[in-house]
Amino acid sequence: MTDPTKPADFIRIRNVSKHFGDFVAVDGVNLDIGKSELFSILGGSGCGKSTLLRMMAGFETPTSGTIEIDGVDVTNQPPYERPVNMMFQSYAIFPHMNVEKNIAYGLRKEGIAKQEIIKRVDDVVGLVQLGDFRKRRPDQLSGGQRQRVALARALIKRPKVLLLDEPLAALDKKLREHTQFELMNIQDELGVTFVVVTHDQEEAMTLSTRIAVMNEGRFLQVGTPKEIYEYPNSRFVADFIGTINTFEGTVSRIDDNAMSVDCPELGGDVRALIDDNTHVNVGQQVCIAVRPEKIFISFEEPEDHEGVRAHGVVDDFGYFGNLSLYRIRLESGRTIQVSWQNQRRSAKRFVEWEDKVWVSWRPRSAVVIKGES
Amino acid sequence: MPQRTDKTWRRVTIAIPYLWLFVFFLLPFAIILKISLADPIVAQPPFTPIFDAQGRLSVTLDNFLFLLTDKLYAFTYLKSVFLAGAATVLCLMLGFPMAYGIARAQPAVRSLLLLLIVLPFWISFLLRVYAWMGLLNNYGAINNALMWLGLIDQPVQMMYTDFAIFIGLTYSYLPFMVLPLYATLERMDLDLIEAAQDLGASRTRAFWDVTWPLARAGVIAGCLLVFIPAMGEYVIPYLLGGPESLLIGRVLFDEFFVNRDWPLAASVAIVLLLLLVVPIVMLQRSQTGEAETAA
Repeated sequence: MTDPTKPADFIRIRNVSKHFGDFVAVDGVNLDIGKSELFSILGGSGCGKSTLLRMMAGFETPTSGTIEIDGVDVTNQPPYERPVNMMFQSYAIFPHMNVEKNIAYGLRKEGIAKQEIIKRVDDVVGLVQLGDFRKRRPDQLSGGQRQRVALARALIKRPKVLLLDEPLAALDKKLREHTQFELMNIQDELGVTFVVVTHDQEEAMTLSTRIAVMNEGRFLQVGTPKEIYEYPNSRFVADFIGTINTFEGTVSRIDDNAMSVDCPELGGDVRALIDDNTHVNVGQQVCIAVRPEKIFISFEEPEDHEGVRAHGVVDDFGYFGNLSLYRIRLESGRTIQVSWQNQRRSAKRFVEWEDKVWVSWRPRSAVVIKGES
Repeated sequence: MPQRTDKTWRRVTIAIPYLWLFVFFLLPFAIILKISLADPIVAQPPFTPIFDAQGRLSVTLDNFLFLLTDKLYAFTYLKSVFLAGAATVLCLMLGFPMAYGIARAQPAVRSLLLLLIVLPFWISFLLRVYAWMGLLNNYGAINNALMWLGLIDQPVQMMYTDFAIFIGLTYSYLPFMVLPLYATLERMDLDLIEAAQDLGASRTRAFWDVTWPLARAGVIAGCLLVFIPAMGEYVIPYLLGGPESLLIGRVLFDEFFVNRDWPLAASVAIVLLLLLVVPIVMLQRSQTGEAETAA
């Protein structure tokens, strides 16, 4: 984890924009990334995340703005002069060189002595556990092995920053989980700053020290995975990361540290907390957002009169082994999602279709998001 | 029995190309080989039969020995190799950037450029060579332009020289270089070049480390497609070259139709074939050998 007392300015991105003709891929972005961070840029396809990464690598020149790495302005440096290496989504392993030659390529270009190259190849091959495959040709490697060759080839240059473009997208699910932890361990061991671009929110959540959520060329929110998940600052972020139920409403009353919001879909006033970031006025349009795992299901009406509650009917449910997902139709007609940990081992179902149930959550479990959809 | 018909069909399908090669390559080759081992006579056909009247085998290596002893033939072969080789190198030097440019162009522009490469084939080959005669002769477009610019006082002799043959060969066979090169360059993964640059290679270095070795298959295919027909080319040396510019295709034609020495002409053809086939086989050997050691 990053030390919050250290300034996060190892990489400084200032007002960076990139235009392709009329299309604005990256729109005046500012970002600071600290040394040894494992930073993820998360967004859907076409959000500008790859363009931003390519500008850090030097394959694209920003239309405006500057990029500094470790105090040096690299904005106009060609890729081969930057203290940065990239792991490509396709891995881009040279098909006409064996594993060892692929890995040594970067050092040979630096003109490093042969003995030194051999030693460093040995080290990095050990690090990524490719010892038995040194003489293999790339077409004789599996997806996971290719990924490790690509990683080794970039790491051997001892870059100040390693850029990873969708590092796990080409791997199957099981291997992806394994590789994810391997990447984290290697990053931890070497202390290299990693910048990962991904569209996979789960990947970003587990890997990163911090995440930037990107959409239409701008950052919507930058924060730790926990902040992004628990305190999304917009509808987009809330929707993009995980599943969330959102209810439109109007602020009807404000107390010291709580408010009442009139949500027609929940059948009237519900309570929500005011934290440091929410400054609202009476009559303002807001949106109450609550994650499925923070909602309780019960047959009896909950007693906690501060809590938010609504009556509904079980519409559908799915069993996922570790948890079950319920879709419950409220009296307003609105359907909400609730997830429930299957803690008890039982063949008997907890609820059945068409059961009448209560759903409820504590006021502090919900997030208040300002602005209309 | 469906399996049985499957097998029969498989055999039939495999047999077709073999049959084709047998009828249109091996059989004519055997006939040429037979003629090359005969003696010329004034008769119809103009060579001695392989079995004489008594049914004895009558073959001679005289034609091949003559090719070896007469300096003219060795010289002509060498000159053909040299001119075809030079044209191949120039085609590669011109064709590589062209193919590279086409492969990297926008898809819409790309198909237009490819069309332009193929477009000359829509005009008769002969006409295109005649057009070069118009360009290269002493009062042709090139000389006139150079004189008008004041660069030269009197026409430069270009027609009927080896230079004209060289230009003609390069022009005619350039598309055969560009197309296979385009095919290999077009499917190359551009990430590889960026990866090389990312790892510290300049643009030029990345080209020699990545693009060039990966384009090798296309380079070899293109060179063979240019060199082989250029070696045996008849029309271009005949029309653009002077009487002194004897190339092997011309010699072959003259022996057949002017001297009516079919056996000698046949042996010229056999030697030409050997000159072309041996290097190709050696190249293939070295490639398969390389692939095996790599594996």
